[in-house]
Amino acid sequence: MIKAKINNLPVEVQEGESILDAAKKAQIKIPTLCKHPDLPAGAGCGLCIVRIKGTPKMLRACCTPLEEGMEITTHDPEIVAVRRTVLELILSNHPNDCLQCGRNNNCELQTLVADFGIREESFQKFLPDVAKDDSTRTIVLDAQKCIRCGRCVKVCQEMQNVWALSFLERGFCTRISPAGDIKLADSPCIRCGQCSNHCPTGAIVEQDETARVWELLQNQDKYCVVQIAPAVRVAIGEAFGYPIGTNLTKKLYALLRRLGFKAVFDTNFGADVTIMEEGSEFIQRFLHGKGTLPLITSCCPGWVDFMEKFHPDMVDHFSSCKSPHEIVGVLSKTYYANKKNIDPKNIAVVSIMPCTAKKNEIIRCEEMYASGCQDVDVALTTRELARMIKQAGIDFVNLPDEDPDHLLGDYTGAGVIFGATGGVMEAALRTAYFLLNGKNMQKVELNQIRGLEGVKVAEIPINGKKIRVAVAHGLNHVEYVLDKVREAEKNGEEMPYHFIEVMACLGGCVGGGGQPYGVTDELRTKRAAGIYQDDQGSKLRCSHENPFVQQLYKEFLGKPLGEKSEHLLHTHYQARPVYAK
Amino acid sequence: MDTKIVFIKDTNTKLDTTRDFYAHFLNLLRENALEDKVQVVRIADIGIYDQGLVVKFPDENIIYANVQDKDLKDIIAQTIKEGKVIKELLFKAQPKQLRIVLRNCGEIDPENIDEYIAQDGYQALAKVVSDYKPEQVIEELKKSGLRGRGGAGFPTWLKWKLTRETPEAQKYVICNADEGDPGAYMDRGVLEGDPHSVIEGLILAGYAIGASKGYFYVRAEYPLAVERVEKALKQAYDYGFLGKNILGSNFSFDIDIRLGAGAFVCGEETALIASIEGRRGTPRPRPPYPSVKGLWDKPTAINNVETLANIGPIILKGGSWYASIGTEKSKGTKVFALTGKVKNSGLVEVPMGITLREIVFDIGGGMLSDKGIKAIQTGGPSGGVIPKEYLDTPVDYENLQKLGSIMGSGGMIVMDEDDCMVDIAKFYLGFCVDESCGKCVPCRIGGYQMLSLLNKITESQGKIEDLDKLKRIALAMQKASLCALGQTAANPVVSTIKYFEEEYRDHIVNKKCRSHKCKHLLNYNVIQDKCKRCRVCVINCPVNAISGDKEAGFFVDPKTCIRCGKCFEVCKFNAIAKE
Repeated sequence: MIKAKINNLPVEVQEGESILDAAKKAQIKIPTLCKHPDLPAGAGCGLCIVRIKGTPKMLRACCTPLEEGMEITTHDPEIVAVRRTVLELILSNHPNDCLQCGRNNNCELQTLVADFGIREESFQKFLPDVAKDDSTRTIVLDAQKCIRCGRCVKVCQEMQNVWALSFLERGFCTRISPAGDIKLADSPCIRCGQCSNHCPTGAIVEQDETARVWELLQNQDKYCVVQIAPAVRVAIGEAFGYPIGTNLTKKLYALLRRLGFKAVFDTNFGADVTIMEEGSEFIQRFLHGKGTLPLITSCCPGWVDFMEKFHPDMVDHFSSCKSPHEIVGVLSKTYYANKKNIDPKNIAVVSIMPCTAKKNEIIRCEEMYASGCQDVDVALTTRELARMIKQAGIDFVNLPDEDPDHLLGDYTGAGVIFGATGGVMEAALRTAYFLLNGKNMQKVELNQIRGLEGVKVAEIPINGKKIRVAVAHGLNHVEYVLDKVREAEKNGEEMPYHFIEVMACLGGCVGGGGQPYGVTDELRTKRAAGIYQDDQGSKLRCSHENPFVQQLYKEFLGKPLGEKSEHLLHTHYQARPVYAK
Repeated sequence: MDTKIVFIKDTNTKLDTTRDFYAHFLNLLRENALEDKVQVVRIADIGIYDQGLVVKFPDENIIYANVQDKDLKDIIAQTIKEGKVIKELLFKAQPKQLRIVLRNCGEIDPENIDEYIAQDGYQALAKVVSDYKPEQVIEELKKSGLRGRGGAGFPTWLKWKLTRETPEAQKYVICNADEGDPGAYMDRGVLEGDPHSVIEGLILAGYAIGASKGYFYVRAEYPLAVERVEKALKQAYDYGFLGKNILGSNFSFDIDIRLGAGAFVCGEETALIASIEGRRGTPRPRPPYPSVKGLWDKPTAINNVETLANIGPIILKGGSWYASIGTEKSKGTKVFALTGKVKNSGLVEVPMGITLREIVFDIGGGMLSDKGIKAIQTGGPSGGVIPKEYLDTPVDYENLQKLGSIMGSGGMIVMDEDDCMVDIAKFYLGFCVDESCGKCVPCRIGGYQMLSLLNKITESQGKIEDLDKLKRIALAMQKASLCALGQTAANPVVSTIKYFEEEYRDHIVNKKCRSHKCKHLLNYNVIQDKCKRCRVCVINCPVNAISGDKEAGFFVDPKTCIRCGKCFEVCKFNAIAKE
């Protein structure tokens, strides 16, 4: 342990802890715009300077570890004055269009400028002449608003291992852009949106499609149905002052009806269907040797994109099953449309997702049009939904609880845990156990594969067999797992795993790129806790028990992996170039 | 034999005897039937002053000073015919210089390892690998008091000790030859003139810290230095000074060259490491210092060219010998690139503690013009100006810092009354703004804002509150920048404001540049008494700013005038005033 003094208060921290983190123990929050708890210190902004007794320099709290006996001052008139100047310098290079900005009211720079009471512009304004890049139609990169903190570059390169974003040029002309100054859509970008989630300003935001949804809702010819993803329900509350992780599923149902949707479904139902298909797929491969092992989950579109670009040798390992919201989408326009006798062309499906990549997934390939028209019409992020609620003026907090619409709205505990890392695997194993054993697990919780460790491995004994599984989240953790598979393949050894779950975002969908800003491990954990609580409170906790899923197969699909299922619920993967051109 | 060129010049300004000497020289060449082989050129300035008749062979860089007519016979017989150097006639370096780093520069053939060996070259290496433990090398350096010559002056022994003590099997040493200060060429001089001295220093560093691999990081704009280092490395391998089991010992060491692409910031050690690793050349936070986590995350000692060239002599002659030179806290010698308005410009190596006055007037031969000395700029773009009042300051790390400048890597520019301090500050700051890596706010935006303020001031748009803004941004840059480039980029501005604030005020309030450097603050006027009404200025003015007629006289319209100075240039009667 390191003992030192911060503002004359004794503090004790672990060796290696930065002054910035240590200061929290002395109830000091040192301002910074570049340090993010998820990321190593980049030392880009220069706001977090502190004074250390015995050195004439000021040092950066974000990247200076506390040392034994240090005496640190975190604020005095000169420190505050220097921080103020640095902030004003940032402002001199940042447009003043806060009112029209995607981060208005939710911007770290705006907040600091307000805190420092900056009332005038001391320095001449110099703005870079760079155009917006909305080529991905999922995230919009507005380099003019960029303060070059480097968070997005670190996220993209180190956390996600995608390397779509980098710094170009140098000095005053430094800017973020895909390498080679190409469009983001032509770059390796997988649309995970983590850059937008970590950006302190409005330089990277999601493509806002709320206007399109309003138009659909207004269109009298359209029968608008909506679905919410598992992770949305435990995060939307953050925009309305709820404690982090509060589960607002039933309020969301009420809300969506009041927004004008004719049917309110739940992606969790689709998750239950996914498990029926994917679980059967696993059994096929595991028990009957039909297909390649390990089976790798495919419900995360960021991960799918990443695999197709960077690891196309894994194509055969992928589950061909579509992601849950695509399943709800296609079933809305086939099964539900049949039942309700509506022309599928007149149905509009809106998915509320924690994810920006879903905006791209809905037009990914021809199988996303399996119903005969585009299965999901619009994918909105949690952030966009929050804005729609406020636009509508609905008093979200005081809404009554309501239930979803039947056929595609009821779910089991297995469906909801899709929102947290390890959840898909846990849900699949619950059903696989049943398929292999003919009865449910006694204890359905698989704590070994829950939590925020980057790679989680476990061995699950089922019916005398041992199923080896691996769960990875945050794409920089994937290579380790895949390399183990490749190594075994190369050496002709037994596969290290039978089943692998990957989610592109750290923590899984609860930490998705379309979730409310300010994500940290603490938030991820609390949101996940909300999800696990929902599971625990469910009467049915295994997908195969869902009566509406059973009805679906009985009345419409036939059986998992049957002809109709294959046609409607499955897709294909192929190698894609890392750079589009 | 190609035609050989010989420069001659009488450097005694008062009595020029070049003409007679030239005739005599030609006669002698004719007598020797060499008139077609040797071309004698009288040149206007040879860069040397008060040294009598000077004869220079530019190809061989042989300079003879105080040459008498009687010496010409020998020069023709020995130097021109035989290619031999006449030692007695050689132009001698100024007595106040003390050459340790530059000991062999200009004395030996840099491409011939035998000549280096003949000057005790690689003796230190031989001594160390047979008799010294690595710790003893570091101990000797500690005794010597040698501090890093790259600029910051960190004790070299301590850097080596810290690197040595970091527990890790693989370690690296790097020679930082990414010299980039405008006007400075100390490292280039050494690498081109005596590459083996640096290589030997790098091998010794490797031995002392326990590294098996070293890198030369040389900027690609130094092609001759690169070529000479490459040749020298090959020779060193051939002689067994590099490679496996050096000189039969257990010590093995390899050196590779990496070329820098010209970014100034890559002279900063963490950016340099990033560049070698193939990443974007931007500094990273320290700690961890490279001595703990350097190249490929391994302990790495990075030393400047000049530092390394000192190591051999320190080992051979002992740390105490080195410590006997210099001041209490700054030991040994320092190489400066002396330039500007001084008669003898060039590389000079002086013992620490010598005064600025001695460097400028005794070694540099005084001022080039009759304009008085105004200030000396040291430390390049990271340094500051030192006004003439402080000329008697002994040069060492601490003193220069106290005066608001730094030792830096060794640039030293002498300025006279014709130099505008705002313009100088603008020049250096402009350099740093161009070279900022762009990573952190204070340097990236602060530098740019300061430069735009300086531009305003020199373009007659300055306001008095701009001075406060300059000071405010400068403080933020010094305190909040990540690396030394940003922390020191404001120094030229801060130090010129400190000593020459009046000049800034003159620019801002009176819209005057007393050195006539800032063209937007100049006014051209026709001096009616002197004007002959010839209309040459009217015809030559590119913007038709001069009008009038023969009766009323001609006048410059200051609103139209673009201050190009054409009228001033073309007037034969000095009838244009520049003020």
